[in-house]
Amino acid sequence: MRAWKFGDNIDTDAIIPGRYLVIYDPRALASHAFEGTRNEFAAEVSEGDVIVAGRNFGCGSSREHAPLALSGAGVRFIVARSFARIFYRNAINVGLLPLVCNEADQIKDGASLFVNPKEGYIESGGCRYRIEPVPGFLQEIVDAGGLVEYARSLPEVKTCTGSQ
Amino acid sequence: MAATLVEKIFSRRCGHPVRAGDVIMAPVDCAMIHDITGPLAVQKFREMGGNRVFDPEKIVLLFDHQIPADSLPAAENHVFMRRFAVEQNIHNLDIREGICHQVVMERGKAAPGEIVVGADSHTCMYGAAGAFSTGIGSTDMGFVLKFGALYFRVPTTIRLEINGAFGPRVGPKDLILAIAGEIKADGANYQALEFTGGTIETMEMAGRMTCCNMAVEMGAKAGIVPPDGITWEYLRARRTVNPFSLASDHDAAFTSVHRFDAERLSPQVAVPHNVDQVVEVEKVAGTPIDQVFIGSCTNGRFEDLREAAEVLGDRSFHDSVRVLVIPASRLEYLKALRAGLIEQFVTAGALVEAPCCGPCMGGAFGLLAPGEVSLSTSNRNFRGRQGSAESLVYLCSPATAAASAIRGEITDPREV
Repeated sequence: MRAWKFGDNIDTDAIIPGRYLVIYDPRALASHAFEGTRNEFAAEVSEGDVIVAGRNFGCGSSREHAPLALSGAGVRFIVARSFARIFYRNAINVGLLPLVCNEADQIKDGASLFVNPKEGYIESGGCRYRIEPVPGFLQEIVDAGGLVEYARSLPEVKTCTGSQ
Repeated sequence: MAATLVEKIFSRRCGHPVRAGDVIMAPVDCAMIHDITGPLAVQKFREMGGNRVFDPEKIVLLFDHQIPADSLPAAENHVFMRRFAVEQNIHNLDIREGICHQVVMERGKAAPGEIVVGADSHTCMYGAAGAFSTGIGSTDMGFVLKFGALYFRVPTTIRLEINGAFGPRVGPKDLILAIAGEIKADGANYQALEFTGGTIETMEMAGRMTCCNMAVEMGAKAGIVPPDGITWEYLRARRTVNPFSLASDHDAAFTSVHRFDAERLSPQVAVPHNVDQVVEVEKVAGTPIDQVFIGSCTNGRFEDLREAAEVLGDRSFHDSVRVLVIPASRLEYLKALRAGLIEQFVTAGALVEAPCCGPCMGGAFGLLAPGEVSLSTSNRNFRGRQGSAESLVYLCSPATAAASAIRGEITDPREV
């Protein structure tokens, strides 16, 4: 698996432009991923490749088309120094794992990469980088494989009010 | 124990004290879905085994991004959502009412102390009504449609204290752009932004909406204004209200406090390609522009159109500029129509479109070709946001947009 390196503040318009939001199929969305901002991505990305980015990856729109386009392209992990919050939740909900790594900047574009989320590290270019664990309440959703699978197992939810 | 406004909202709703950092499954008082994120939310709702939505009365459903349907896929999505509305007995506002956020506000669907979610990032706008409101994705919305609740991590709060009166032709949009320039695109990630101070206390609802709307451009989960007489008066015309006080304790724990002086503020412009790349208008004055867009959930209200019209006067827009004016909702359109603003814009050479998101999200009409430059009162100037990845989008206030449309280049509204 190779690293596709991106900078800071990669917004969801860059990941999938607004004119494709009428599409919901992940594979069809994947053919337009990063269109206009990194055209070679859709053509060259391979199953298992990893996105590596700087700060605030996925900022902007709440469009779930963005994580869907990446998962449709075969991406399973996104490693970044930080994530925008809606994208972070969306990614987990659709079974794409966002991993916070303070040293993401050290990883080179095109480098081969090994990700071990269970033990919390990435290896690339002979170096090992620590990744932060997913917050507890989201780990259950990750373990279920996404929010749909998690929700299916819930007959009802207990809200903080104690009713409902 | 001292608490922030947002902590108080969650505590009040849960019936017991909660603190920033707590993760809770909180009930949702209103959920908004539209034509772009709605179909996927419905699909997820069904995949989760959803049969009946939690409460049809608490769902606002409308179409605003691609209306009237601009492609066959858009038309099919609209039909899909119409069928869902009928099946679930949800009142479908369809393409009639305007931009989702404006419609939620003007129908009084968000009120102080409530928790509101929308499948759109600018849902944070309803903080102007004293609600905790936040944008979520479609799968989270599918969960909300089924259960009427969602996991929230109660956010910490950054407090903004803004004082002083705006100078001529300077207003809320200039303020929020200046704030974005200081806080930066991720400076409020996972946090709430609370707007306080004399400038906010005297600001009308329209301006408060402009400010809260753009909280997400700093990564914020919510923007919020402590409810006051202006808030309750706005709501009284829209729903039954029982005013109560709701504000952060003076000794509440804020992550940070930022102070701004509105009096010293000049017109601001966000330059390509990030919302936090903000400069004073004189730095970019003279930049030629191809299109001016006055509208969006950020700046498409009557007050915004009036601000632009006051600058315009009886002049015409420059021949080299395409000017699109799009009121945020049917009701705002009517107000502008009755005040003569629409006639003024059309006479000056603008295209006035029916209420919708317009070119803001680059999916419908008004797209930019490579090399073209847009000056827009909307909220995002990301690369490719309004069309070609080789086009440029600048963001500004309605006054600056109007002044620039008259001259055909970015212009300080105080100079025309």
